[in-house]
Amino acid sequence: MTVDTTNSPEAAAVPPPGTASPDKRAVQGHRRLLTRRDRFTLALMAGLPTILHVALVWVTALASIALAFTTWDGIGFDSIKWVGLDNFRELFTNNPQFWPAVQHNVIWFVVLILVPTPMGLFLALQLDKKIRFSRVYQTAFFLPVVVSLAVTGFVWQLVYNPDTGLINSIIGANKPGHYIDWIGDPHLNLWAVLIAASWRHTGYMMILYLAGLKSVDPALREASALDGANEWQTFRNVVFPTLRPTNTVVLVVTIIEALRAFDLVFVFNKGAQGTELLSILVTNNIIGESSRIGYGSAIAVVLLVISLAVIIPYLIATFRKERRA
Amino acid sequence: MSATLGNGRRTPLRPARILLHTFLVVTALAWLAPLLWALFAALRPYAETSEKGYVSWPDKLSLDNFTNAFQQSDMLHYFGNTLIIAVPAVLLTLFLSSCVAFYVSRFDFRVNLFLLLVFTAGNLLPQQVIITPLYRLYLLVDLPGITVSGKLYDSALGLVLIHVAFQSGFCAFVLSNYMRSLPHELTEAALVDGASVWRLYWQIVLPLCKPAMAALATLLSIWIYNDFFWAIVLISTGENMPITSALNNLSGQYFTDPNLVAAGALLTAIPTLIVYFVLQRQFVSGLTLGANKG
Repeated sequence: MTVDTTNSPEAAAVPPPGTASPDKRAVQGHRRLLTRRDRFTLALMAGLPTILHVALVWVTALASIALAFTTWDGIGFDSIKWVGLDNFRELFTNNPQFWPAVQHNVIWFVVLILVPTPMGLFLALQLDKKIRFSRVYQTAFFLPVVVSLAVTGFVWQLVYNPDTGLINSIIGANKPGHYIDWIGDPHLNLWAVLIAASWRHTGYMMILYLAGLKSVDPALREASALDGANEWQTFRNVVFPTLRPTNTVVLVVTIIEALRAFDLVFVFNKGAQGTELLSILVTNNIIGESSRIGYGSAIAVVLLVISLAVIIPYLIATFRKERRA
Repeated sequence: MSATLGNGRRTPLRPARILLHTFLVVTALAWLAPLLWALFAALRPYAETSEKGYVSWPDKLSLDNFTNAFQQSDMLHYFGNTLIIAVPAVLLTLFLSSCVAFYVSRFDFRVNLFLLLVFTAGNLLPQQVIITPLYRLYLLVDLPGITVSGKLYDSALGLVLIHVAFQSGFCAFVLSNYMRSLPHELTEAALVDGASVWRLYWQIVLPLCKPAMAALATLLSIWIYNDFFWAIVLISTGENMPITSALNNLSGQYFTDPNLVAAGALLTAIPTLIVYFVLQRQFVSGLTLGANKG
């Protein structure tokens, strides 16, 4: 047992190849041995968590879709009225915040995938070289991922504050008339938030790539070096192709992060002009003064459709691969 | 670890290595700069920084801002709120998701994939997709006498439930992969000997899952501690908020100058930092464990 517990979880997460058919037989063997009480226990063990998850996550997601086609004041179910596509029509044509929000979510993704992701990969490659103090460096780069986004927001506000912030103090822009308002200026604030988001994303990507690099066969690299390839050629022709599974995960994680982006912006300026995001529009619609349930749900449906377009193909591919293994 | 062992074999420091270390040190310091800047501001008295500016040589460094932030805003109360939410949420999530994982990995392959798909996909959804109906649902559910507010809304119970529902997707996925790697003969033999399913789960499978459970527990504790969104929307009374979400209100009410804000924010980060430094290995392995799959 002690041997088992020291097994690294990473190794165990990959099911050993070629066990599918004996597994199946064993499972059928298991089922034959069950008593009535066992079956009842099993039903509870599988049923209760599923009911909780489905009720709070999937039923509400479906309710979002249903409510998006209605208006409702939230008081009594008989006030729910079917309005067809009205909410969407208004959202697409009449909401000055909607298209900027979509645009900002897209920018969020593009920036994350173009700046911190390659940066994280680069750091992972360097730290994978068996250098001294690798753990110390890793800890430094990974620290922002551990700290909550709310705290991150406050910490970066101290950097961006026009009067007292680090940047303006250093470049001398903290005197009246010279202010650079990093958080208030709608041309600047999205980029300011994105720097903070990238600060965090880099460490996350670094850890994912470090795990991925462990699966690259060192012999391949050595062979490539012996053939006279330089570091860049080895990376491009040997290392990067073997990182394909990691790249898929990174892509999905980054898209999801871009769709989920909320905390930082909410702490910075509650999604005021310049930093509108879909998630912020949904939330402001709930906690704001004029809560419009159907309308808020319509925004959520837009978010849901985009998310599922990414999640479903990814999961199907993942599970299919697993089944084959 | 290998520093002492590999000394003899290590090639002498080449210029490339020195360059690499210089690059890494500078980048690492740049990465820590925002946090160090917050620490620097938090250690200085407000009077001094307002007179000399924030970029200046400190005359006096003290922990006064930390004690003031902690006492004035009654932070202990909010840490308590977090504890009431996070501890049951982590335990329940691990328990329920290990039950599902046990079932799908040992007994039923037909629903296995479908169930895992539902759980994992649910976990990947942005929270805002479900928040509007969830908020209404929490307002509709009356629980007189069970929660202080009499509803799921504005109660610790409501937050625990949504955390459990949301996070169990990820955990069930990771644990079922882990359990599938345990040999089947183990449980088969116990079943033949007449052990009940519950004993199989509780006394044989679960103890073998300790490493995965430890990794997930670390990860969940930090995630739930760091949650901001659920509490902002589902808790209306400022008093009932867990610490991370309370920070937003406190910063306007009690943390009146940037030095106090810095101290308050750093105090909030301390528990996560402690968990991270003590259990770094678990945290990182938990993260990559899940991310390698979904």
